Amino acid sequence: MDAEKRIQRLKDRLTYIRDIFANKEDNSVRLLAAKLEEILGREEAMPGSVLSEELNRIEELFDFSERKLDTLLSPMDRVRIVRHPQRMCLKDILENVYDNYTEIGGRGEFNIDPAMLIARAYFTRKVGDRIINQMVMVIGQEKGHGEAFRNGGSVKPWGNAKALHYMKVAETENIPVHTFIFTPGAYPVEDWPGAAQQIARNLYEMAALKAPVISVFSEGGSGGAEAIGLADRRLMLSHGYYSVISPEGAAAIEGGLRGGDRASPELIEKCASRLCITAEDNLRNGYIDRVLQEPPLGARPNHYEFFRELRRELIQATNEAVSEVKSMKLYRAMAVRASKSDDAESIFMRWNLSSSALNRLVELRQAKFRNMSRHARFDGAGFLKRGVAVTKGAIWATHSFFRYDVLGRQKKRLDAMFEDLGAEAHLVRHKLLMPLKKTIDKMLPGNNGEPLRKSEEARDKLTRLSCPDDGACLVGSEWVWTSPRSQEDRTISCPNVRTHHCPDLWVPDLFGDFAGVCPSCGHHFPMEYRWYLENTFGYRESREFNRQIESVNPLNYEQFDLKLDKAKKNTGLKSACITFETSIESVDTVVAVLCAPFRGGSVGAAEGEKFICAAERAGRKRQPFIAYVHGTAGIRIQEGVNGVIQMPRCTIAVRRYIDAGGLYLVLYDTNSYAGPVASFLGCSPYQFAVQSSNIGFAGPGVITETTGMTIAPDYHRAYHALSRGHIHGIWDRREVKKNLHQSLLTMGGRNLYYR
Amino acid sequence: MLNIKELLDKVKASPYREIVIHAPHTGVVEFAGLKPGDRVQGLTGDYKEKPGTLLASLTREKNKKSITAPEQGQVENIRTELEGSFVEAGEPLVTIKHYLTRKEVIELVLQEALFLFRAPERAKFYFVPEVDQKLKVSGKRSVKVHEGMEFLIVSRMKRETPLAYSGPDGIIYSVYFGRGDTVDEGEPLIGVCPEDQLTVIQDVVARIQSEWEEE
Repeated sequence: MDAEKRIQRLKDRLTYIRDIFANKEDNSVRLLAAKLEEILGREEAMPGSVLSEELNRIEELFDFSERKLDTLLSPMDRVRIVRHPQRMCLKDILENVYDNYTEIGGRGEFNIDPAMLIARAYFTRKVGDRIINQMVMVIGQEKGHGEAFRNGGSVKPWGNAKALHYMKVAETENIPVHTFIFTPGAYPVEDWPGAAQQIARNLYEMAALKAPVISVFSEGGSGGAEAIGLADRRLMLSHGYYSVISPEGAAAIEGGLRGGDRASPELIEKCASRLCITAEDNLRNGYIDRVLQEPPLGARPNHYEFFRELRRELIQATNEAVSEVKSMKLYRAMAVRASKSDDAESIFMRWNLSSSALNRLVELRQAKFRNMSRHARFDGAGFLKRGVAVTKGAIWATHSFFRYDVLGRQKKRLDAMFEDLGAEAHLVRHKLLMPLKKTIDKMLPGNNGEPLRKSEEARDKLTRLSCPDDGACLVGSEWVWTSPRSQEDRTISCPNVRTHHCPDLWVPDLFGDFAGVCPSCGHHFPMEYRWYLENTFGYRESREFNRQIESVNPLNYEQFDLKLDKAKKNTGLKSACITFETSIESVDTVVAVLCAPFRGGSVGAAEGEKFICAAERAGRKRQPFIAYVHGTAGIRIQEGVNGVIQMPRCTIAVRRYIDAGGLYLVLYDTNSYAGPVASFLGCSPYQFAVQSSNIGFAGPGVITETTGMTIAPDYHRAYHALSRGHIHGIWDRREVKKNLHQSLLTMGGRNLYYR
Repeated sequence: MLNIKELLDKVKASPYREIVIHAPHTGVVEFAGLKPGDRVQGLTGDYKEKPGTLLASLTREKNKKSITAPEQGQVENIRTELEGSFVEAGEPLVTIKHYLTRKEVIELVLQEALFLFRAPERAKFYFVPEVDQKLKVSGKRSVKVHEGMEFLIVSRMKRETPLAYSGPDGIIYSVYFGRGDTVDEGEPLIGVCPEDQLTVIQDVVARIQSEWEEE
């Protein structure tokens, strides 16, 4: 029955409204409920025509109220909208936006990861009399209207790996990629390929993916969103959110909750509004390009008008991305730029690009991200200083170009020639002289008095007592800097005492000579970052740069100014990142340090910028680039998307540097988690960890909270990360410098100055 | 010969184990304020990662270490007279009465009564065909083993070698591994009991299973 269907639909709309407003009392909701109740009561008695009349009236009332309620939506209401099972999801988009599609990679539950959906789809376009199908690769999270096996769009690492695979396929087939982001965050498991490491890999590949990428944000939860969100055009749905962390997570951190306690709804509501997660906020901050208006209270599967709009926007965005770099475009490019409104469908443009156009596309994408989040940091350098810095950069680049490319290449060629000649000469000499020498040796057999004397000397050295003046005894500490903790007269016990029976350690010994390493089991006690700066990186002789770039509070997050000032005062730093040039065993390098004492080593806009500048500097000077992570808790949540955007930004910088032929080496210490590991740290081909460090995506509390699994206490230990394949070696603290030098000699690309 | 009845009576007379916590090393003792009769928890958590109830702390060289309960039970005695004083290593500090669980009692009885033949290495184990046949046909209490009898096949990395029994003669009372299971080194493979005690042991275990009341 038609009337019954209409009534059911009205009921659905009412429950939807109630869910969205989380049972907040509101007059319009009450009115709607009362009216619907009334009609339901009289439904039986009414004749068909009157009922239909009544239904028309109440439907109009619903439309009106929805429009009115739409203006009252708080950020948390929007979060509830995108998570609601009635919200349209990727399958609906595939059905209604594209003209045809084939899902790739499984049916329903029978899928490597049902939360990640891949499809080949096309738009059918009419150009003159011809019909043309424009192929795209659709990649996105599928929430499946509340199907449990989809995990609400939380993608497991292998799901992201699948996404990456099909991005590469799109690159090969030269078709655009449309990504749809419907995720509250990535599913935090460490098993290969690793939640963090796979996101890092995705970002790294997307940073230079040779295919136009258009992404649409509905629910953009931090790392999970970034895994497929690095795009040429980023559209956002007006009722969506894009955030560094779920409001619940932020509230749990804010409230200092532990062990499964739930934050109060008020606090969550407050965090949601403070984090600036709505489409408008993100548009204002420049992290998305366009907002697509949804119907009041969010798009649901029956809003066909919205899908038409989305289709138009997608075609328009793809056209824009393509026309920017295409060489043969003429009038159409202008038309694309002009047609912000209605006739995107009328312009046809081939979406496959030549290789030079693809290179331009990648360049543009990288430049686009490079220019983001300028407002979210404070650069203390004056106008003049900045000008000098830019000039200096240009000079270095030219200098390196001439020295290592123009002249260096010639010199290398010459050297190689001389080397060859020398080897030839050596062989000839060897061939000629050896027989001669042999005959002489045979004729004069007693010709070996000298070696005997030498061995006597050696024996003497080996057998006599060692004397301090020969440098045979250790005098004083071998460390340039020792921790102030070593001044304390007390003992502490090693945490491995139960298994390894380590004796108690006297603190002056432990933090002095032993460098914080238990001599009996090798447990590494956490050490100050100063120790590494002084003993490994020679900070005193180094040249620090960009010291003036300062962390600020871009969202005016409540009470954060105070905390930031405190951190600045306590550490004497202006951000958690220290960047400097130094030489390690006479190899000049650029080093970026993330230090844990400054807000947990979290990464915000200032840290990201410093890191990018360091990577660029290393690239210009042809020097190796070392990231020493003394500790990082993740992205600084108080900066909101200003923080999370550093994931793609820094990864792009790293990608550019590695592609230019550098050596990017990451060294983890103490605890490294979340965003940075899932982007610019985790993408390095050379990652090492200091013993006893922890590396992971989410901490144990978050894993238990989101997956319901309790994990072993040593789940994130470096040795586990090593056996999972996330890192590539574990170093002893006392040998870090030696190992670094060894790595500088054995690893890295073609463009290092000492190669 | 072992008297099972006597053993059981002994367990029944004192259905708990007394755990005496000694000072692991010298230091100044500070008790956590427990009284005799208080209940304490042992290690908990899926991975035994949460330490037990704090009993006392011992400070040596400004290094304060906590002493926690190893098992759940009841505080029997606390030497409060030592509070704040310096003790030598090995000084008894707290006594905990740990009531035995059903599983522990059975284990205790079987440990006394059975001889456990343990896996010499990590491998899969099979009975030799004759023994296997006999076990299948007439049940496991029908196989007699004696010193030097080759009764098992050790299968590891596709190499199969026979394994001889060593230990007192008797009947196989229980088999602790399944077909095709990989058994770790040192895990018990079979429990052997003297022929004449078979019925007694079976009886006792059955009685414990049904009658033992856990705390």
